[in-house]
Amino acid sequence: MKENTIKKVLLLGSGALKIGEAGEFDYSGSQALKALKEEGITTVLINPNIATVQTSEGVADQIYFLPVTPYFVEKVIVKERPDGILLSFGGQTALNCGVALWKRGILSNYGVRVLGTPVQSIIDTEDRELFVEKLSEIDVKTIKSHACNDLSSVRKAAEELGYPVILRSAYALGGLGSGFCDNAEELDHLAEKAFSFSPQVLVEKSLKGWKEIEYEVVRDRYDNCITVCNMENFDPLGIHTGESIVVAPSQTLSNLEYQKLRSLSIKIVRHIGIVGECNVQYALDPNSADYRVIEVNARLSRSSALASKATGYPLAFVAAKLGLGYGLFELKNSVTQTTSAFFEPALDYVVCKIPRWDLGKFHGVDRELGSSMKSVGEVMAIGRTFEEAIQKGLRMIGQGLHGFIGNKELQIHDIDRALRSPTDNRVLVIEKALEQGYSIEKIHALTKIDKWFLYKLENLVKTYHALQQTGTLNKLRRSLLLRSKQEGFTDFQVSRALGLEISLGSHGGSDAVRKYRKSLNVIPYVKQIDTLAAEYPAQTNYLYLTYNGISHDISYEEDHHSIIVLGSGAYRIGSSVEFDWCGVQALNTIRSSGYRSVMINYNPETVSTDYDKCDRLYFDELTFERVMDIYELETPHGVIVSTGGQIPNNLAVRLSCHSVRLLGTSAESIDSAEDREKFSAMLSRIGVDQPAWRALTSMSDIDEFIGEVGFPVLVRPSYVLSGAAMNVCSNSDELSRFLQLASNVSKEHPVVVSKFHEHNKEIEMDAVAHEGEIIAYAISEHIEYAGVHSGDATIQFPPQKIYVETVRKIKKVSRQIAKELKISGPFNIQFLAEENHLRVIECNLRASRSFPFVSKVLKINLIDLATKIMLGLPFEKPSSNLFDLEYVGIKASQFSFNRLQNADPVLGVDMSSTGEVGCLGDDTGTALLAAMLSVGHRIPQKSILLSTGTGKDKASMLNSARELVSHGYKLYATGGTSRYLRDNGIVNTRVYWPSESGSYPQALDLLHNHEIDLVVNVPKDLSVGELTNGYKIRRASIDLNIPLITNSRLASAFIHAFCTYSIDDIPIKSWKEYN
Amino acid sequence: MKKASLLLEDGSHYDGLSFGYDRNVGGELVFSTGMSGYPESLTDPSYSGQLLMLTYPLIGNYGVPPLVREQNGLSRYMESGRIHAECLIVSDYSEKYSHWNGQTSLSSWLKQEKIPGISGIDTRSLTQKLREHGVMMCKVVIEGEADDIPLPNYSTVNYISKVSCSEITVYHGEMSSVMSSSTSNGGVNTHLPNDGKKKVLLVDCGVKENIIRCLLRRGVDVVRVPWDYDFSSISYDGLFLANGPGDPETASATVANIRKAMGLKPEVPIFGICMGNQLLAKAGGASTYKLKYGHRSHNQPVREIGTTRCFITSQNHGYAVDDKTLGKDWIPYFVNMNDGSNEGIRHTHHPWFSVQFHPEASSGPTDTEYLFDEFVKIMN
Repeated sequence: MKENTIKKVLLLGSGALKIGEAGEFDYSGSQALKALKEEGITTVLINPNIATVQTSEGVADQIYFLPVTPYFVEKVIVKERPDGILLSFGGQTALNCGVALWKRGILSNYGVRVLGTPVQSIIDTEDRELFVEKLSEIDVKTIKSHACNDLSSVRKAAEELGYPVILRSAYALGGLGSGFCDNAEELDHLAEKAFSFSPQVLVEKSLKGWKEIEYEVVRDRYDNCITVCNMENFDPLGIHTGESIVVAPSQTLSNLEYQKLRSLSIKIVRHIGIVGECNVQYALDPNSADYRVIEVNARLSRSSALASKATGYPLAFVAAKLGLGYGLFELKNSVTQTTSAFFEPALDYVVCKIPRWDLGKFHGVDRELGSSMKSVGEVMAIGRTFEEAIQKGLRMIGQGLHGFIGNKELQIHDIDRALRSPTDNRVLVIEKALEQGYSIEKIHALTKIDKWFLYKLENLVKTYHALQQTGTLNKLRRSLLLRSKQEGFTDFQVSRALGLEISLGSHGGSDAVRKYRKSLNVIPYVKQIDTLAAEYPAQTNYLYLTYNGISHDISYEEDHHSIIVLGSGAYRIGSSVEFDWCGVQALNTIRSSGYRSVMINYNPETVSTDYDKCDRLYFDELTFERVMDIYELETPHGVIVSTGGQIPNNLAVRLSCHSVRLLGTSAESIDSAEDREKFSAMLSRIGVDQPAWRALTSMSDIDEFIGEVGFPVLVRPSYVLSGAAMNVCSNSDELSRFLQLASNVSKEHPVVVSKFHEHNKEIEMDAVAHEGEIIAYAISEHIEYAGVHSGDATIQFPPQKIYVETVRKIKKVSRQIAKELKISGPFNIQFLAEENHLRVIECNLRASRSFPFVSKVLKINLIDLATKIMLGLPFEKPSSNLFDLEYVGIKASQFSFNRLQNADPVLGVDMSSTGEVGCLGDDTGTALLAAMLSVGHRIPQKSILLSTGTGKDKASMLNSARELVSHGYKLYATGGTSRYLRDNGIVNTRVYWPSESGSYPQALDLLHNHEIDLVVNVPKDLSVGELTNGYKIRRASIDLNIPLITNSRLASAFIHAFCTYSIDDIPIKSWKEYN
Repeated sequence: MKKASLLLEDGSHYDGLSFGYDRNVGGELVFSTGMSGYPESLTDPSYSGQLLMLTYPLIGNYGVPPLVREQNGLSRYMESGRIHAECLIVSDYSEKYSHWNGQTSLSSWLKQEKIPGISGIDTRSLTQKLREHGVMMCKVVIEGEADDIPLPNYSTVNYISKVSCSEITVYHGEMSSVMSSSTSNGGVNTHLPNDGKKKVLLVDCGVKENIIRCLLRRGVDVVRVPWDYDFSSISYDGLFLANGPGDPETASATVANIRKAMGLKPEVPIFGICMGNQLLAKAGGASTYKLKYGHRSHNQPVREIGTTRCFITSQNHGYAVDDKTLGKDWIPYFVNMNDGSNEGIRHTHHPWFSVQFHPEASSGPTDTEYLFDEFVKIMN
């Protein structure tokens, strides 16, 4: 039974989303808080990630937007005096913080009990040596690992084990600083990096090519254990599980293997003494039943979030209850509501998780997949055949794939090599190899992917060829069409295979297939995920669609009283948890308004895909085809496309053309804002300025346009052709180099060139309108000048340093735009301000990334308001005003460059951050300090290395340099900066660029010796020498885990903040206390 | 592949494709929600007379392991020497398999054993039907095969007699010896190995071979006798009542033998599994009833009554012991945490107990294998 001494519990969140630690912890924290709330326990949450659902009103009783570090957590403990603390719901961040607090005796000092798994058990799983020892006590095999504390012992261990070996940093999340080494040279290189993240480096024998299998285990304090799910990696060991395609349940294990690993998992979890949830990872020999335990995660994880969504078993919720002292037998299965929570889900479908990478966004990044994680998001596809699931999944990752086959031709020079050294497009390489007649044996030999998966992929190629041979639609037999659909082919793929795309166009062809298909009654069926494979009826509507069926699991009311909300899909750079928040808020409002809420989304890391967040959850694709399938079944009152980011936004026009009722702003208006030409024409009509731009198809046109507007210009190559990011070019050298890199310019693929206005302020307007009239708005200001993507910029709200006149103009222009586009619902406009002159950069007729941030700072839920407006319900115009706020919110970006080997950690017009935080303070300084500390910056102790870019940047940073010196910091500076500082009377030590070899001190040496604790490196331009020198410094900072800032405005603001305030000045105030 | 149809007792039919042997069959249609272990399930004698439908849709992935036997005659990877289910029904049969221990495909094995296999069935939809309606008799009709199979009445057929052994086998370690079932008790006694090991008399109602393996692994000898063999004068240290197919009512001969044993040797431990649980209950005076759609899965939660100990168990039964009818001195041992049905019984003062689930698993979780330890312990 529950223990009644626990009245107040502190839960640690995971902070900003980063590679290796993403939205899954919003899901787990939210479920845990719900579980505590149900018990009447007061909850306190520390999490600076303001865009999450868990940091929303009503989820926790007190929310602190503060860094999850021992310093701040202790302060909160002193203030709140909780009885218990939950450490396993906030990823490695929370776990590490909790272990540190425990080791320092802070938890015992304040009488805070660790609920769930005891800290000693956590340490036993985290410290490799203890872990191996612990498992050998019960004769469980682990990977032979040597813990080393210096380079020479690393070398010795590697020689003993024999290459290849794998290196890992102890206590690091998601394989940070780990990798394979084939020889001593690679070893030295990697070892240095690994030591920068952790004092201990582990050397292990590589088991490359073995299968990787995971079990999710739950244990209660009565020693009752279950394994909720097992999962098998499509990719062999050697590729991080976060980088792997993963299927659940396992597909290629016999019962003997399945049960052997299951029993071992339970044995391990009992021996370690987990109370709650835990994940056990195995390497399994593909040629025998031999195994090794890779690791045990004594906390909720990405895998456990996936397992929850894959099975319908609410792992985090149950783990929180077990932490309170319940036994599994005292809890109910929340899907059936009649059977026990002590059971193991039986699946009658297969799920396929596929990672989403955004490596194209980074310059120079290493694309090869390995033991360290680089993916930024993931999707989960559900089907009743593997083919169906993987094809759905490949579409879901949203990178232009139509499925496994029928995609744009991939150019690969050396298929064998590409199969052997997998990158983010390895699945496409397999397709190419199959098309070229590679045997399954050969592909298996090169990839080590189990042949079973390859056979299944081969089926898809066979079916596609059969479709191609059919030639025309009217010759397509029902059986082949049905088989195609059962294997997850879309109408579009069928159309393309039949050649209809050429005659009818891409939409026309798909529409023709759809019509034909429906005439033959080839339609998808809706099935429930019910945890028990239909053995007991389910009380929840957790649904997916499949062609492998003959009946629906649910019946439809046809009362037009449901509202479909389109979700935001895979997390990616530019679209993540903030849109999940928006979706969940929309669902809440729909429900409380008496409508039935329906969500379509497929991201297992989200709260919107918790089946209790809506009346019906379709865990399925956000493609036109699938949304139409669901729309036709649901016959809803309408569809909301404006709370899920760009994916739903892009579907608006086509859905509307097919008579789908969109709620809120019309598809026509959305198109007017999305279509550059139409939007420009409208701005001209209402007399609003915008940066000059033109879509150009030849080099001479480009030169002519630049002749008119002058450098610098912003160049956006056609994504379809090159996949290259957009860029700013300041001279013709840069321009030609960039265009060469990007693609050839052509009629079909024009390049959009626009005038780039330097040193302009960037200002955002987030607002909600009703029939063209603005009802509520929030204006926020970027700290960086325009040129840093709004998703990477540091944003202050309310704005602190813009003219009253600018504000007046912004309001006026926004009003005009809202009226012109008859906006009903959320929207966002981005402005450039050159003094008081405004230009509009873009306008999105949907919620923007900053909606949760401004909503929470303003304490007005803009999505709630927008949803009411879209539903046509009565609403109140908010009375509070952003200029009345007596505090400041700062949104800062989290970068994950440390995960992206070789990527240049420089910011530009394309977004590269993976997450964000939002912190509050009584003034900008303390809020900024809290925000910067939350995204991993540290207040420097002694020395700072400056390279401050162009003349203007150098000048703008002069005061900061003075401030630093007067606060006793030692300054190091590279050539030009050093001279400039000296000329202005600022004492500094000149250091030399890597290209200035032979002169000392070398900047890189200082970094390697950890003599620097903050690097400010502002790139000047794209010239070659600048790129190499600056790149090496920036990259070394990242690899050596030294905080880096590459923007002079942000650097100045941060320096001013830490020179003005100390960490003790950051107020320990909960969200509620700011008013 | 030929077309194949399932014709159900209620007049409905489901169409699929034949991937096994092309032969029409009939039987009781049941579903199992276990996600692994089709070779073990197919060779489980308890499926005799039944068409086995798997709710996990992807089947055949890892092929079929070699059909090898150990020196003592037990199969290495299977639960008996042949397939007992009448037919296998799946959603998505995997034509190609991949596994280091796979020797043949599921399809070839079914053909070899003359067992039909049907794929392309919406097994979820059909499972829901069985859940709502209860298990049904069903016929498999394959395109081009004469539809002349009479449907048996499942509950009246004595399936135990069809699957039980016809001889007496004594297993000792890696060896075994076989005797005719007409061998007298005395004759058996003279053949018992004089190895100092405890002897378990196993009544084979359709025993899964892993039960025998579980016993042998614990260092006892096993004397396996036919279901209706009167073993009262054999000298044994423990009595084991095996699993088996069909209605326990059909095994009255076994019940009579058990009663006799309880009377003659009340101090000798008895352990029963599945059918063994039902027969022990009957011998103790209780009655059984048919469940609506049975328990066939790897995820059945049971709780040891009066404790906080819970176990995930493997199950395969269509009948259950009625707790309310338990005789004097008998108490329920385990309870099913989902539906409250009986999962085992024990005697209040004699060392007699039995469970409805399968501690020997195979296929399924092995969490309750400790019961074999307990059985062996009380024999010593």
